[in-house]
Amino acid sequence: MSFEIATAKKTLLEPAGLDESSLNQLMGQLVGRGIDYADLYFQYLRHESWSLEDGEVKSGSYNIDQGAGLRVVSGEKTGFAYSDELGLQALSQAAGAARAIARQGGKSSGQPVPWNKGGGVALYQGDNPIQSLSDSEKVSLLERIESAARGEDPRVKEVMASLSAVHEVILVVRSDGLIAADVRPLVRVNVSVIVIEGSRRERGSAGGGGRSTYPIYLGSDQPEELSKEAVRQALVNLEAIDSPAGTLDVVLGPGWPGILLHEAIGHGLEGDFNRKGTSAFSGRIGEMVGSPLCTVVDDGTLPGRRGSLTIDDEGTPSQTTVLIENGILKGYMQDTLNGRLMGVGSTGNGRRESFAHLPLPRMTNTYMLPGKSEPEEILASVDRGIYAANFGGGQVDITSGKFVFSASEAYLIEGGKIGQPVRGATLIGDGPEVLKRVSMVGNDLELDHGVGTCGKEGQSVPVGVGQPTLKVEGMTVGGVQV
Amino acid sequence: MEERKIRAVEIAEQALDEAGRHGASAAEVGVDQGEGFSVTVRQGELETIEHNRDKSLGVTVYCGRSTGSASTSDFSSAAVRDTVKAACTIARYTAEDKANGLADQNRLATSFPDLELYHPWELSVEEASDLAFECEASARNADKRIVNSEGATLTTHGGQHIYANSHGFIGVNQTSRHSISCAVIGREGDSGMQRDFWYSISRLAPELDSPAIIGQRAAQRTLRRLGGRQVKTCQVPVLFEAPVASSLLSHFIAAIRGSALYRNASFLQESLGQQVFSSGIRIHEQPHLKRALGSTSFDNEGVATVSREIVEDGVLNGYVLDSYSARRLGLETTANAGGVHNLTLDSGELDFDHLLGALGTGLLVTELLGHGINGVTGDYSRGAAGFWVEKGEISHPVDEITIAGNLKQMFRGIRAVGSDVDLRRAVRTGSILVDQMTVAGE
Repeated sequence: MSFEIATAKKTLLEPAGLDESSLNQLMGQLVGRGIDYADLYFQYLRHESWSLEDGEVKSGSYNIDQGAGLRVVSGEKTGFAYSDELGLQALSQAAGAARAIARQGGKSSGQPVPWNKGGGVALYQGDNPIQSLSDSEKVSLLERIESAARGEDPRVKEVMASLSAVHEVILVVRSDGLIAADVRPLVRVNVSVIVIEGSRRERGSAGGGGRSTYPIYLGSDQPEELSKEAVRQALVNLEAIDSPAGTLDVVLGPGWPGILLHEAIGHGLEGDFNRKGTSAFSGRIGEMVGSPLCTVVDDGTLPGRRGSLTIDDEGTPSQTTVLIENGILKGYMQDTLNGRLMGVGSTGNGRRESFAHLPLPRMTNTYMLPGKSEPEEILASVDRGIYAANFGGGQVDITSGKFVFSASEAYLIEGGKIGQPVRGATLIGDGPEVLKRVSMVGNDLELDHGVGTCGKEGQSVPVGVGQPTLKVEGMTVGGVQV
Repeated sequence: MEERKIRAVEIAEQALDEAGRHGASAAEVGVDQGEGFSVTVRQGELETIEHNRDKSLGVTVYCGRSTGSASTSDFSSAAVRDTVKAACTIARYTAEDKANGLADQNRLATSFPDLELYHPWELSVEEASDLAFECEASARNADKRIVNSEGATLTTHGGQHIYANSHGFIGVNQTSRHSISCAVIGREGDSGMQRDFWYSISRLAPELDSPAIIGQRAAQRTLRRLGGRQVKTCQVPVLFEAPVASSLLSHFIAAIRGSALYRNASFLQESLGQQVFSSGIRIHEQPHLKRALGSTSFDNEGVATVSREIVEDGVLNGYVLDSYSARRLGLETTANAGGVHNLTLDSGELDFDHLLGALGTGLLVTELLGHGINGVTGDYSRGAAGFWVEKGEISHPVDEITIAGNLKQMFRGIRAVGSDVDLRRAVRTGSILVDQMTVAGE
C-alpha cells in the first residue's frame, strides 16, 4: 500500500470508524442505473499562520478542518452534498441527497466495481510542514525578515510579514474503482513594506513558497532576499510618475508577468467553458491563436511547485498539457466530467478548493516555453513603450475574451532603454488576439516564486505561472496621463 | 432551530470554560451554522443540485495582552478542547500588545431588537428548479440573438451566528438569504460573444424579483453589449451604474478602516474633519434596518451597533474601527468589527435618465474588471466595459478600455448620485457621476 493511501486511512478513515466496506456501502448508495460517474472525496486539512507587524509577532491562528464531498454525475447533471462529519451515518445522509439528482434514473445498484489503487509519482514529500519548524523558530524567522527589511533603507516605516503552512491529506474513491490519495504540503512566506518620503507613501511586497517545508523552501538566505525585494519595489514606486494611457508596445518581464497567459489564455482554455461553448476560444482547436513564437503549456508535474499536484482532486495524475504549440491551439484542460462529455480524457486538471466544493477544470502551473531572443535585444527593439516587470492581480471575461491586469512595477521604455518607473499602469486586451501580437520571445524562461492564487466560481486554488521576456506590439495601456 | 441554538450556546460556553482552564485571562468565540441548497439549470436542463451544510467554531484567547486564534468545523468536545488548546499555545509565542483584548464591556450590546432577518424558505428542490427553469427560459426566449446560456441558479440559505465572550456577553443572529441569478450569452453577426447577468437577493423569498423579470433583465443587459468596441483615449466624465458604483464606496471604506490607518497604508491618512467628498455628499450607516442584508444589532465583538454619520456635506466624520484598531489609534471602536452595516450614500434628485443628461458626453460604466486599486496612494486604474454617451443619449457599447484616476480626486469630483439605489448589497448607492477620468482605448 502506498504511503499516501496508508496516511489517508490513518488520518481520515480510521478516526471516523470507516473502512473499505463502509466505502463500498457509500459507493453502493451513489451508483446505479442512469449514473455515469460518482466519487467520494475525503479531505483532512490543517492550516496555520503567523504574522508580524510593528516588529513583533502579534497574532497566529490554527485551523482544523475535515470532511467529505459526495458527487453523482448523470449525463450533464451533477448532484452534490458534503458533510464535515465523517461518521457513516452523516455520509450516508449526504449520499442520499447527492443521489437525488438522478431520481428518475432508477434505484441504486449497490454493486460497485472492485477497487483499483491509483496514484502518481510523488512530486513532494509528505512531511507536515506545520511541524517543520518549532513555534519559536517561526517567530524568530519573522523577526529576521522584519529586521532585514528595516535594515535596507531608513524610509521603511512599516513592515508586515507572515508565514503560513497547510498540511492536507486527500482520499478519492471513484465509481470506476479507482482509489487514490495524496499528502500535500504547502508553505508561503510574505513580506510587505510601506515606505514614506516626504508626502509620498508607497507599498512594496514580495513572497514565495511551494509544496515543501519551511526549511526546504527558505534555504539559507531566502528570508533576507524577500525583504530586500519588497523594499526595492517600494522604493522604485516612490520615484514613479503617472503611467501614460493609450496604445503602446509592451515588454513583459520574465516570471510572474506570466499571469498574462493565465488570464488571457488559460481560463479561456478550461474544459467547462469550452464544452458549454461560452469561451472566446470555443471550437477553435487547430486554429492559429498566437504568433508562431508562442508555445504555452499547463504543467502540474514540476516537483515542489505551488501549482503542482501528484494527483488532482479526482485522483488523476497531473500531466503536461500543450495548450498552444507554435501559435496553434492544441487542447483544453479537462476534469473527468467535461473530458467525458467532450469525448476526451481528463488531463489531470480537476481541482476543488475543498470537500465542500465541486471539482472544476483548473490550471496548475501555466507557462510559455522560451524562445531565442536575448532580453536586452527585445528592449532595444522598442522605441517608446512600457516594460512591465511585476503585476498585481488580473481578471478575464471568458466570453468576450477581454482581460485586464495591473502592473505593480513598470517602467517607460525610451529609445530601447528602461527609463522612469510608472505607476497605475493597467494592461487590457483580447485573449484570442494578444498572442498574435507577440513579436519576440526571450530565452530567459522563469517561473514565479510561488505566490499565485486563482479564483473561479468562488473557489480559490494555488497555481503557478511563468514566461520568458515577451514583446507584445500595440497593447492598450490604461493610465491617467494622456 | 431552537435546539440548534441551545447546542451552539453550549459549545460556546464549553470553549470559554476551556480557555479559562488553559490559563487564558479572556476569550471570545464565534459559532456559525448554516444550511441550504442551490439548483442550477442550463439550456433547459437541470445541471447541478448542491446541498450545503456548514458549521464552524472560531476561538480567540488572550493571555494577558498576548493573543492566539484557532478554528474548527468539528463540534465534538474533544475537538473544542483541542481548538482552544491550539489557540492558547499560539498565545504563548505571540508578543504582548496593549491594544489586544475584548471590546470594552460598557460598549457591548444590551438590547437585541428583532430585525426580522430570518425567513426560511420552505421550498423543495423541484420547486426551486421550476423557478430556475422559468428564469432561464425568459432570458433565452427574449431574443434570437441570445445564443447560449450559463444557466440560472436559485440559492436558499439559512444560518445562525453566535458570538460570546468572557465578559459574559452572548448574542445570537439568525439570518436567511435567498437569491435567483441568470447569465446568458449573446451574439450578433460576426461580432464576438458577450455575456451579462442579473440577480435578485433578499432575506425574504416573497421580496425577490420574479424569475421572469430577472431573466429578461439578464437578456437585455447582454443584448445591449453586442457590438462593443474601443473608444479613443480621452478624458471625460464617467457615470458608474449603481451595481458597480458600490465598489467606489468599498474602496472608501477600505481607506478609512482602522487596520489601514494604523499601518500608515491609506490614501486617506489623517483625513478626519477634512473635505474628502464633494460638498453635499452624505454617507451613513443604518445597522437596524428591518430585513436588510447588512443589518445587525451587534458587531463581531459584541459591540452595540449604532446609526451614525461617516461623511456629512463631504467632510469625513469618522473612521471604521474595531476595538483593536481603535486602541492603536487612541480612539473608540465604531462597532465595525467585521465590516460596515448598510452603508448608505444618500441619493440626489436625479433618476438614471437624468443622470445620463447630466453626464452629457462621456462614459457610462456597467462592468469593472481587474484589481488596479492602490489603497496606499489612491491610484485607480481598472478595466471597464459600458457605453459611450453623446449629449445624454447612449450612443454605442464600449469594451476593452481602462478608466484611470485617483480615488482622492474621484471622491471630490462626484457631481451627482442617482435615485436608482441598488439594494442588493450591504453597501447602498445609486449610480455615481464622477466629473473626469482618463479613458484609455485606441
